[in-house]
Amino acid sequence: MKYADEFRDKAIAQGIARAIGAEVSSRRAYRFMEFCGGHTHAISRYGLEDLLPANVRMIHGPGCPVCVLPASRIDMAIRLVDRPEVTLCVYGDLMRAPGSQGQSLLRAKALGADIRMVYSTLDAIRLAEQAPRREVVFFAIGFETTTPPTAVMIRIAEKKRLRGLSVFCNHVLTPSAMHSILENPKIRDTGGVPIDGFIGPAHVSTIIGTQPYEPLAEQFGKPIVIAGFEPLDVMQAILMLVRQVNEDRYEVENQYSRAVTREGNRRAKEEVSQIFELREQFEWRGLGLVPNSGLKLKRAYAQFDAETRFAIHDLRVADNPACECCAILRGAKRPVDCKLFGTVCTPETPIGSCMVSSEGACAAYWAYGRVRDEQLRRTS
Amino acid sequence: MSVKAYQRKLDVKNGRVDLSHGSGGRAMAQLISGLFHQAFGNEWLARCNDQSTFDVAAGRMVMTTDGYVVSPLFFPGGNIGSLAVHGTINDVAMSGARPLYLSASFIIEEGFPFSDLKAIADSMGAAARAADVYIIAGDTKVVERGKADGLFISTTGIGIVADGLDLSADKARVGDRVLVSGSLGDHGVAIMSKRQNVAFQTEVVSDSAALHNLVAVMVAAGGSSIRVMRDPTRGGLAATLNEIAHQSDLGFRLEETSIPVKPAVAATCELLGLDPIHVANEGKLVAIVAPDLADAVLAAMKAHPLGSDAADIGEAVADDRKFVQMATGFGGRRIVDWLWGEQLPRIC
Repeated sequence: MKYADEFRDKAIAQGIARAIGAEVSSRRAYRFMEFCGGHTHAISRYGLEDLLPANVRMIHGPGCPVCVLPASRIDMAIRLVDRPEVTLCVYGDLMRAPGSQGQSLLRAKALGADIRMVYSTLDAIRLAEQAPRREVVFFAIGFETTTPPTAVMIRIAEKKRLRGLSVFCNHVLTPSAMHSILENPKIRDTGGVPIDGFIGPAHVSTIIGTQPYEPLAEQFGKPIVIAGFEPLDVMQAILMLVRQVNEDRYEVENQYSRAVTREGNRRAKEEVSQIFELREQFEWRGLGLVPNSGLKLKRAYAQFDAETRFAIHDLRVADNPACECCAILRGAKRPVDCKLFGTVCTPETPIGSCMVSSEGACAAYWAYGRVRDEQLRRTS
Repeated sequence: MSVKAYQRKLDVKNGRVDLSHGSGGRAMAQLISGLFHQAFGNEWLARCNDQSTFDVAAGRMVMTTDGYVVSPLFFPGGNIGSLAVHGTINDVAMSGARPLYLSASFIIEEGFPFSDLKAIADSMGAAARAADVYIIAGDTKVVERGKADGLFISTTGIGIVADGLDLSADKARVGDRVLVSGSLGDHGVAIMSKRQNVAFQTEVVSDSAALHNLVAVMVAAGGSSIRVMRDPTRGGLAATLNEIAHQSDLGFRLEETSIPVKPAVAATCELLGLDPIHVANEGKLVAIVAPDLADAVLAAMKAHPLGSDAADIGEAVADDRKFVQMATGFGGRRIVDWLWGEQLPRIC
């Protein structure tokens, strides 16, 4: 595949791996968190950890929108789609995310709920046009990458007077979550290991740019490298982080300069800011309530806000107390340290946030990484 | 003097199936004789019995059954009818057998167009004739509108396997080679592209095909050195190898760079966040072959049109955890696990 194979070149990868090996100091450990599930997926799928020196450890962060969606929001969506007039449009891997009682949208669909798996907001618009008497609700989820298409969808719905289309908004913000990881007392209390640097998601920065991360790097003294999702992107980002740590720098660097700028996509940001505003707080699975980390529709667009329209109120449900997701996504524990991992909590029956989608830390570890740890244990 | 009752001809062009076509009356008889017998025509069906009698050759009999509920019914490279014939032939053939006879049971939704039914039946007949296999028994049921997704087909296949050949998923041994007959994921991607309207300049076409002739040349080259054969349909290569690993109590180690995947399939999978090794195939097989004859079997596969892209992709290894592992193109390792439920596209 043109423009993809070039970033999957084994020889170049091994060259970067050698550079990392040559530049790391044997006297210290390097712990880098890849915030985004897309990076977790790349690291696992390409077996990148096998190319890294033993003292460079990747910590899988919370950055998969499905993983961090709290059970309460799934409960709310199921309550919503219990209404016979509602057609709920969802993105694919949200279907398996568990609610508070282990129920999911997949199960609700099997029980007769009108749930449609869509690939874009355009599908929801098409459905609303085809069924003007239905209440078509789009389950909006994702970080800054997927927010502009939701904003555009609302614009189109307004223009076309699609009165039956609304949004159940669950869009969240990356920098706020990163801030929370570094500061949230709930996480601090888990005795998490220090994080020496972050790999930030490039697709988010194509929208917001690299600038929003600068205060974080400054405040917490952590280097951040915004990186693409191809394996060579990730390897190069790790090398950049190693160099920053060695040189005692904590800057925001842009590995993905082929698409990311400091300012980001001004038009997309304007579109989002016209339609959405910050929630005071939003619940994240595994992190609890995080201030200023979620978006909601502005009052002017209340007619398109499913929560207002159907008067579905915020629920609060507790995570499974035995679940160690909170510590895992902080790097304090590994998936195998959780007694639920691989027993009651598997990709087929996920309990915690990290097992929900294929990009979650536990799910990725289950699918791709178990063998590495087992072999490390056997040889150590 | 008997008077022949007048009966309107089947309107194959514009007509639709209604409940009378499944009621056991004249309309049903007309549908069977005018459409199915026309399509499948052979000496057994011509006798119009509820069963067919056939001679049994030397060897052991092989029997399989399968249901087809594919959506959409027509896809690039085939339709539910040709798929049903190929799929059932392949399930028989994976035992090393020569497939001989099929049965076909149709559950048709009221309102289904005759033109579609005829196209599907004709393609079944053509697929069976091309494979030298006969559809010798069948059944037709019509259900009310909304009770089926257009058309479901259930098939049974019967074949004969030669004495001395006993392929089974519990027979893989450490050191055996893993061979695949060609590129993976074609069928699943063809179906998904059609479902999701994912269009590419290069259309991905289903690999739906009958593999028994390929199996015959493999058996001729490898005989009982072929331990296991499977066609990796739902769940793809990953599911097939995990099943064999569990049944044979060992693991597999694969080389990612050896696994053939067409660029258009790889691109579609990238786009949808899927993995080709989890995607269904309908014209490919996986063979676990003893190392001494693996090269000979692979050469025989490559010499056959349905195996021209065949590849040796790895080996069976001792592993009490029964992991299927893969050396990535990067020099790292990963586990190739079963698919978890339905393969769903990722959000971002």
